[in-house]
This record gives sequence, C-alpha cells and structure tokens, in this order.
Amino acid sequence: MSEDRKFRWVGTRPIRHDGIDKVTGRAQFGADLSLPGMIWGKLLRSPHAHARIVSIDTSAAEAIDGVLAVVTATDLPDDDPKVADLARNILAREKVLYHGHAIAAVAATSAALAERALDAITVEYEVLKPVLSLEAALASGAPILDEARRPKDMEDTGPTNIAARCEFSRGEPESAFAQADVVLERSYETQMVHQGYIEPHACVVQTKEDGLIEIWCCTQGGFAVRSLTASVLGIDTSRVKVTPSEIGGGFGGKTTVYLEPVAALLSRKSGRPVKMVMTREEVFRASGPAGGAKIDLKVGATRDGRIVAGTARMWMEAGGFPGSPVQAGAMCIFSPYDFDHLFIEGFDVVLNKPKVAAYRAPGAPQVTFAIESLMDELANELEIDPIDLRLANAAKEGTQLPYGPRFKAVGMIETLEAARAHPHYAAPLGKNQGRGMAVGFWFNNGMNSSADVHLTEDGTAVVVTGNPDIGGSRASMAIMCAEELGIDVEKVRPVVADTETAGYTDVTGGSRVTFATGWAVIEASRKIASELCIRAAKIWDCDVEQVGFSEGHCLPVEGSGLDHAPLSVADIAKQMARTGGPINGQAQLNARGAGPAFATHLCDVEVDPETGKVDVVRYTAIQDVGRAIHPSYVEGQIQGGAAQGIGWALNEEYVFDEAGRLENPGFLDYRMPVASDLPMIDAVIVEVPNPTHPYGVRGVGETPIVPPLAAVANAVMAATGVRMQSLPISPPRLLERLLGAGDV
Amino acid sequence: MAKLHVETSVNGEPTEFLCEPHTTLLDALRNDIGLTGTKEGCATGDCGACSVTLNGRLVCSCLVLAAEVSGQEVGTVEGVADAETLHPVQQKLLEHAGLQCGICTPGVVVAAKALLERDPNPSERDVRFWLAGNLCRCTGYDKIIRAVLDAATEMRA
Ligand code: FES
Ligand code: FES
Repeated sequence: MSEDRKFRWVGTRPIRHDGIDKVTGRAQFGADLSLPGMIWGKLLRSPHAHARIVSIDTSAAEAIDGVLAVVTATDLPDDDPKVADLARNILAREKVLYHGHAIAAVAATSAALAERALDAITVEYEVLKPVLSLEAALASGAPILDEARRPKDMEDTGPTNIAARCEFSRGEPESAFAQADVVLERSYETQMVHQGYIEPHACVVQTKEDGLIEIWCCTQGGFAVRSLTASVLGIDTSRVKVTPSEIGGGFGGKTTVYLEPVAALLSRKSGRPVKMVMTREEVFRASGPAGGAKIDLKVGATRDGRIVAGTARMWMEAGGFPGSPVQAGAMCIFSPYDFDHLFIEGFDVVLNKPKVAAYRAPGAPQVTFAIESLMDELANELEIDPIDLRLANAAKEGTQLPYGPRFKAVGMIETLEAARAHPHYAAPLGKNQGRGMAVGFWFNNGMNSSADVHLTEDGTAVVVTGNPDIGGSRASMAIMCAEELGIDVEKVRPVVADTETAGYTDVTGGSRVTFATGWAVIEASRKIASELCIRAAKIWDCDVEQVGFSEGHCLPVEGSGLDHAPLSVADIAKQMARTGGPINGQAQLNARGAGPAFATHLCDVEVDPETGKVDVVRYTAIQDVGRAIHPSYVEGQIQGGAAQGIGWALNEEYVFDEAGRLENPGFLDYRMPVASDLPMIDAVIVEVPNPTHPYGVRGVGETPIVPPLAAVANAVMAATGVRMQSLPISPPRLLERLLGAGDV
Repeated sequence: MAKLHVETSVNGEPTEFLCEPHTTLLDALRNDIGLTGTKEGCATGDCGACSVTLNGRLVCSCLVLAAEVSGQEVGTVEGVADAETLHPVQQKLLEHAGLQCGICTPGVVVAAKALLERDPNPSERDVRFWLAGNLCRCTGYDKIIRAVLDAATEMRA
C-alpha cells in the first residue's frame, strides 16, 4: 500500500553520486576500457538488403599477418529455436535481410588492420528483390523474407511477411457507429526512426582458457546480456559474467545484444581480449530502430462529445525478423478513453530493414499519433474544447482497458485539469503560430529486481543493485535508502554491480528501475532498520518489542518503561561486531502493480509559410508520475522524452533508396533536435500515488515520448489549417501541403 | 609504415605519442594517450562529444589529425577541474541535473567553458546556438542551458 507519510529525502534534489565522475570525464563508458593484449574486432556487413548467401570464403583474411581470428555464423550453434532469430541477426546464416546485416567478423591487432582484412573476405550472394515498405510487404506476390515462417494467431494461407496478428475487442462497434452523430475514419503513417543514443554500442570481451567469458559493455541490462550471450553461444548462463559500463543512452535500444557474442567467439579463437565498437553508421544501419507504422482508425461520437465506438487496424514494421511492438500499440491506442464498443487488430510485418528494438514506450507513440490526431479533428468537428473532449471520455479508476483489466487510481484527468489551469493554455499566439495538445498513456513495468544494502561501521550505507544508471537512478536508490534509514543521502553509496555481485535484476527499461528496484531497496533498507532494533535491544538488554525505529534512531517505544537516550544508526553501527556481527539487508521481488502513467502535452509552433519549417516555440509536458523521488531527474526524463517526440514529429526518419540502402546513416542527415531547435520544456509533475507502491511511485521514462507526435501535428494544423497524417512534418512535406500540391 | 612522433601539450603537460598519419586527435587521446574522457559519438563532426580546445579554440577532435597538434596546446575535459574544485560549468551541471546518461557531458563542459571564456554574459539564445553542435539525446537541453547560464552568472559575480 502506498503510505501517507512525510518524507525527508523523497522529493529533494541532491547531487547525483556519480556526478563528479561524469563531469570530469572519469566515468568509464562502453568504449573506454582497454585490457593488456587487447585486439580489435570488426564486422563485415551485407551490401545488399535482401540476398541469399551462396558462399563465404574467409581464407584470404585469415592469412593476413596480424589477423588473429575470423568468425561466421557457422561458428555459432544453431539448435536453440528461442534465439534463432537473434543469432541470425548477429551473424547472418542462410540469408541477409537488410543492408548492413552482419555476416562475418575479424579480430586483428589494430582496428585499421581488422577493417582492411574485411575486404579480403569473399561472399557470393544471390541478390533478391528487397521489400521496403509495409505496402510492398503485404502486396500479393511480394518477395517473402522467410518462406518457412507461418504467422502466429492467424489462419495459415501460405508464405507471408506477416509474422503475427493480435486482436482486442469488446461490444459491437459496427452497430454502435449507428448511434454516433459524427464518425471519422482516417489513415495515419509514421516512418522508421532511431533512438539516437549518443554512445555507439561497444564491448570488451575476454574468453578464458576454461571457456569462462567476461564481458564489459554498455547495456541497459547486464543480466540480459549474460543470458542472451549464453543462449546464442549455447553455453550455460553461469559461464558468462557481465560488468555493465556506464551507459551513454539507450532508450530501449540497448536491451539486446549485437556485438557481445561475436566478440566472445573472436576472443575464444584468438585467446585475446577483443574490443568491438560500432561506428555511428553501423548504429544507424544495423542496431535496432523503431519501426514505421500504418494505422487505419475509425471513431464515432455523439454531438455532446461522448465516444461510442472505435476500431483500429495497424501494421508495424519489425525489420528483418519478427518482433515489432504492435501488440503494445494495439493495447495502448484506446486506453486513455472510456467507451464500450471497440475492435483493434494489429499485424507484425517483416521487411528488409534492420530488426527493430525497443524505443521508449514501444509502439505507443505511433498509435497515439493516430488517436490523438483524430481526437483533435473530432474536437474541431464538434466545436468542443480539445481538453473538454478528452475529459468527457477520460479513463479513470475502474475504467476497463481494451485488453481486460480495470485501472486502479490513475492521473489522466488530473493531467488534463493541470493543462487547462496552466498559463500556457490561455497564452496569446502570434502570427503563423498554432497550439496543439495531446495525451499519452504507457503501462509501465515491474518485473524482477534485487537490492543489497550493507551498513558500514561509520553508519553509512552501500546500496548494491544491478541496474545500469542511465539517467540518475543511483541518486534515486540512495534517496530511498536514506529515507528508510533516516540517514543523510550523502551517507549512502549507491553501486551498480556486475552479474556476479548484484542479485538478479531485469533491464533498466520499462520505466521500472525507480519503481521495482527502488522497492527492493526500500525493503532491504527496512530489514536493516529491523536489525538495528535487535542490536539496540541487545545493547539495552531489553526485548526487541520495546525498541522502535524513527528518523535514523532506535528509541524506546512509548510505554516500554525504558529510559535510554536514542541510539543513532552510527551509534549502533560502531558496535556491530560486539552485538552480533555485520548488518546487511537484502531484498528481492517480482514487482507487480506497476502504475500506468498518463501525460498531457501542450505545444505551440510557428510555421514559416515560405519554407514549411516548423519551430516549436513553447512546450509544456504534464505527467502523473505517482511520486517524484528526485524531481530533477523526473523532469529530465519528461523533457528528454518530449524532445525525442518532437524530433520524431518534425524531422526524423530513415530514408532508404530503391535497393534498400539507408541514405542518412549519420547525425548530419538523420536530423535530431539540437539545442537551438528547442525552447525550454516546462515539465509539470502531477502526483497521483500508485496505490501498490510503498511510496506511490509509477515510473516516468516512457510516457513523455507518447504525446508529442500528435501534439506537434495538432499545433501545425492550428497554425496552418493543414492536417498532417503522415510523419515527419519536415519542411518539404509540409510545404508541399501548404502549396496544396501533394496528398497526405 | 613508420609511425609519426608527436610532441604536444595536453592540459598543460608536455605529452608525446606515436601515431599513424591518418590517426585522429580523438583516437590519439583515447587510445594512445589514455585520456578517455573525450568521447566519440559519430567521428564525423556532427555530435560534439569529442569537443576539445586547440590553442584555446573549440574543435571536434574527430576532425583533427593527431599529427597536426605537434607543438600546440590541447585542452580536454580532464583538464577543466583543478585538484580540489570543479569548474563552475561542471558544478552547475551537477546542481541543475544537466546530465542524464552523461556521455555528452564532457563535450558540453568543454564547449560551454569555451563559450564563457569568449562571452561572459551570453543570452539563452547565444548558449543554444553555441551548443547546437553538442548533441544530447537525454535531456531535451533545458537543464543544460540553465546550468550554463547559471555558471555564467556565478563566474561574473
Ligand atoms: S565524435 Fe566528433 S563530433 Fe561526434
Ligand atoms: S545526457 Fe545523455 S546524451 Fe546528454
């Protein structure tokens, strides 16, 4: 149960514990480690987007002086169907499925030599026609990526590029549309985009003589790298140890493996530690972006703004292998709204583009662009204020989700009310300016977490968890420990540990670390508090029931009849050895009851009618976070997510040529927002405590990227009268519409 | 191919190293000199993670050849703080939470310090345009900009 209590540390803004290392350049990221005897690994990548591999000849490369190992897919076992796709994505086997697909790897005494040796590998391909759009993938007679694959959860009608189908339904939407005064039916489209983390994937791997593998890498989850690497290599999990480096951004893109198993093989063959670092071009071409989507949406409402029915069909790009987040998208699209009749159908579609990975609220931004654009149009059509229209249909406690469960306390209405009350909503607009708003929803996640808290003899505490700190989570862990032990937050040392030091924890992702790992920290700290009471009872020679713990002190409980001065944590810690030995607290949980998070975003744009360039001139992002542990890093998540969403809305897209080669694999042409593109982003924290968490935490990181796509598009509509149903709203695309030339 | 011998100064200390003619200053700093505080985000001059100063001027070290720095003064993030105190830009980044993952931070520190040395009283717009070459994907820039403006105020006081 979320507790009503006064906090001392929760809600304050201490300086993060790893801060000095990060502003001085001392912090070690993925590419920063070097080991004695280390050599360099490089990957040969496919020049074709779709081809059968006829043969690979590596003998000439192996013969080069200084080349110490060469590997291909034949060096990997191929007997675990669970990782067959992952293994084939890491090193292509029968076919290459996208331009840049890895096909062989070389390790040599220098990076430059490894690069040169790649040229000595001869691959014979039978080039096939690439499939480069959802439309092309679904067309009859389309080239099929995998002839043997049959789609999940749908009728088998022969080979197809549809990998899976999902469906959610309730009521009788088709007949319910007859009750509607207004029915809007629209199609929306988004393109493939990349998370754009600034640190490329990197690792250093040593395979030892006994087969034990030690991995240093930048990842959102050391334990995930451990199990995935072991599975791909066909060895026991316990044979792999992973030490997560500091991580230079991930946003979901560093929850899988690309380099680590390959480097392990190269190291096994050469006996040397092997370093592999992707170039930026490799990151764009061959890590896991987020797929484009097509969404057909139909919503009907009565004149007074009540939604009566909605249907949605959506197709999402998975890349070369199945696994788009279409199911999550299908579960999200109608979740902000409370209505009875709905039907949702989603298709996971493979095509010759890189295999997608998670990207912040996977699937939600695409579908929310659709529903929130349509809601905006509906508000205009019904002449209802867009916030009022949302409020009239808003999900709240008890609302049943399209996929079954009912919401516990959620903050959709509270964020809408906060948006209406915010000065931004009533501020005057200038020439060529327009205002848009949109809401967003994300489930958030719990999953497995562990925490170890060790008391030091001076009364300070060390908190050990296995979750890489991607945005200030050390500080949050320290705050929660300090809160429970009643000690200064500076007296807590939060540590991110390797897979043989920390207890098992799932990835840093799903907005789960502060919620679930933090919960484990709270529990572990409480165990220490109980132990402190036992020690105080020993010191006072009384029953433990006579001792209470409050604000960092053990003290006699009222009515105990004892008369002792309170003992501080430090007082008792000093006497640990005499009173029973070390004091440690350990806790683990599979956290249920993650609290969904809603947000409402307001966006003002100014459009240059001559160039079609859109400037975001004001932005307010309001989110229910349950409880903000460290408000600065909560605001930071909200601001960063909003900025990524603005980029997705306005400029970011993968551009492929006809042969399936990515034409913009660099930051110059894949245009992410820079400092001069953005205004300050006002992050407004709303706290509707999550009833299942001891402090009410919901999780923050993902929801902020959900509303911006539609908020920006709706603002552009308000400024220009042009509704963009296809992203990005880049200058040439918008200009074309402003000039009335093109279609949607 | 014989390596080139380069004598230079890094953060005020005489430094020498061997490199190939094509080695970038970024690679020399990270791999040959062992200063890994300077980061590589792109190697094409587009992200600013590799920002250093060359004779006081802000440059992308991925676009400078290592051999070019012979006889010059290189400044990296490792030279920004002195032994006991952070530079105001570093301190304010911490206070304002102007970093999340921290990979862009070394570049931001070096670039912002260079800005404040040229212009002690920049506007928000000045800071945004000066740092437009330093990509940050985590923060949305808000807190970075506030930190730099606050550092400027403090340095003027
Ligand atoms: S690494 Fe030099 S600008 Fe990106
Ligand atoms: S803090 Fe992560 S890129 Fe700037």
